[in-house]
Amino acid sequence: MNNNLLEVRGLTKSFGALLASDDIDLEVREGETHAIIGPNGAGKTTLISQLAGNLLPDRGRVRFAGEDITALSAPARSHRGFARSFQITSIYRDFTALENVMLAVQAHAGSSFRFWGSARAERALQEPARRVLEEVGLGARTGLPGGNLAHGEQRQLEVAMALATRPRLMLLDEPVAGMGAEETQRMVGLISTLKGGKTIILVEHDMDAVFSLADRVSVLVYGRIVATGTPEEIRTNAEVRRAYLGDEVAA
Amino acid sequence: MNSRTRAIVLATGLAVLAAVPPVAGLLNQPFYLDLVRRIMIFAIAALSLNLILGYGGMISFGHAAYLGIGAYAVGVLAHYGIDNGFLQWALAIGASALVALVIGAVSIRTSGVYFIMITLAFTQMLYYLGISVEEFGGDDGMRLAAKSQFGLIDLNDGNAFYYLVLAVLVLFLFLGHRLVNSRFGMVIRAARSNEARTRSIGFSPYPYRLAAFVIAGAMCGLAGALLVNHTAYLTPEFMNWTRSGELMFMVILGGTASIAGPVLGAFALLLVEDALSGWTQHWQLILGPLLVLSVLFFRRGLAGLLFGKNE
Repeated sequence: MNNNLLEVRGLTKSFGALLASDDIDLEVREGETHAIIGPNGAGKTTLISQLAGNLLPDRGRVRFAGEDITALSAPARSHRGFARSFQITSIYRDFTALENVMLAVQAHAGSSFRFWGSARAERALQEPARRVLEEVGLGARTGLPGGNLAHGEQRQLEVAMALATRPRLMLLDEPVAGMGAEETQRMVGLISTLKGGKTIILVEHDMDAVFSLADRVSVLVYGRIVATGTPEEIRTNAEVRRAYLGDEVAA
Repeated sequence: MNSRTRAIVLATGLAVLAAVPPVAGLLNQPFYLDLVRRIMIFAIAALSLNLILGYGGMISFGHAAYLGIGAYAVGVLAHYGIDNGFLQWALAIGASALVALVIGAVSIRTSGVYFIMITLAFTQMLYYLGISVEEFGGDDGMRLAAKSQFGLIDLNDGNAFYYLVLAVLVLFLFLGHRLVNSRFGMVIRAARSNEARTRSIGFSPYPYRLAAFVIAGAMCGLAGALLVNHTAYLTPEFMNWTRSGELMFMVILGGTASIAGPVLGAFALLLVEDALSGWTQHWQLILGPLLVLSVLFFRRGLAGLLFGKNE
């Protein structure tokens, strides 16, 4: 009936008295890059966590490719094509960059109840992992422990791990958070190469990044989606300007 | 330190261990044969604990349970006149695996301090079960009716038994090394390092952790079968919580980030204990502070000192 890859209906989540997600409806079309913006504390990460299966909603449904996945765990969603990057960098600090990505490949390449052969030596894990690291621009850093990479490189590694699971839908939670101008540019370039091929939900504070990447934008304020539209519509929407963009535009 | 030097260190260590029986015989000091054999048995138990504690991040405070189950499997069968070693040891391993499956299935659903307390509680239940069964000597325990019979290998021969224990230790070092570097090993290490990330890339850690818990339990069950043959005496004290604590200590002292670390820990702890207790009866007063200092200053354990970077 439509080309929505993801449909969210009436998603509600509260923490005590705080309503973090308030009856959220959201549609994400196959192949689009859909940005979610909003002021601090609007509930963006809470929303992403519920979409990724890390957090169960109190009410509401989530449908993915026509299937109701509301009750599925994060690993189960990963196997249906979800991949997530975290706002606060979440990598294996003691494993090398290559091992980080190889684990993501391994999770989607047959059984891991194999007790004998060396996983590091498996070419079927190594080769895809190296390709993905090249793709995100970490081709020269494969042997370094994740914890020794620069901040921006760790963010790239996050995206590499998400990509290595060959997802249909990527949930990117503030991929350029804490990055310098040059690193931000590189990350925006990387995400724009993924556009079209993958469906992307992008949570981001950096408005330049949002307006250059997003096909559509939803604005989240106090747990509610107050507007959804093209970047141009959002830019000119009076309610959005008042609730959120006003300060940024003025500044 | 590269893998070649590490291999040399390991080979030297094994050569020293292999030389103990002839040297002890030459010096006419059979006590050392006994001591080193006992240490190696605890090293096997500590090595198995490290698979879940060090690599899996599951801080089990009840690992002595499997020493006890392995020992009782041998002792009880011998009590009823079944002294076939293959049968006894198979039961020791199988029963330990089964109990680990039950304990693990419940406790791995928890984490942190709850996991520590639940594993402790299960082991205390088994301890009191051992105390209450009069048929097998209650809290006094009972003599092992006869050592496990293997046909060719006679465990009454001190040297033969010694080399059998050494062989099991070497085998387990090798098995452990393969395991932690396999796909399976990478998953349990990943889940320890960063659970949220591991779930997000598509692994549900529970079945992997449970399997690791069962493997560690089964390996420790074999250590229990060796231990009861070593002491020739069966007692619920094998399952005392202080025993679980000692095993944890060997692992932490030796270093959790390598397969051989807990073996070093077992040797260090038991040798120091032996030396101090020969010197003064208040040896625990000295051992305690030594252990505190070692944890404070050797954060990565003795293996960290000896081998340098993690394997």
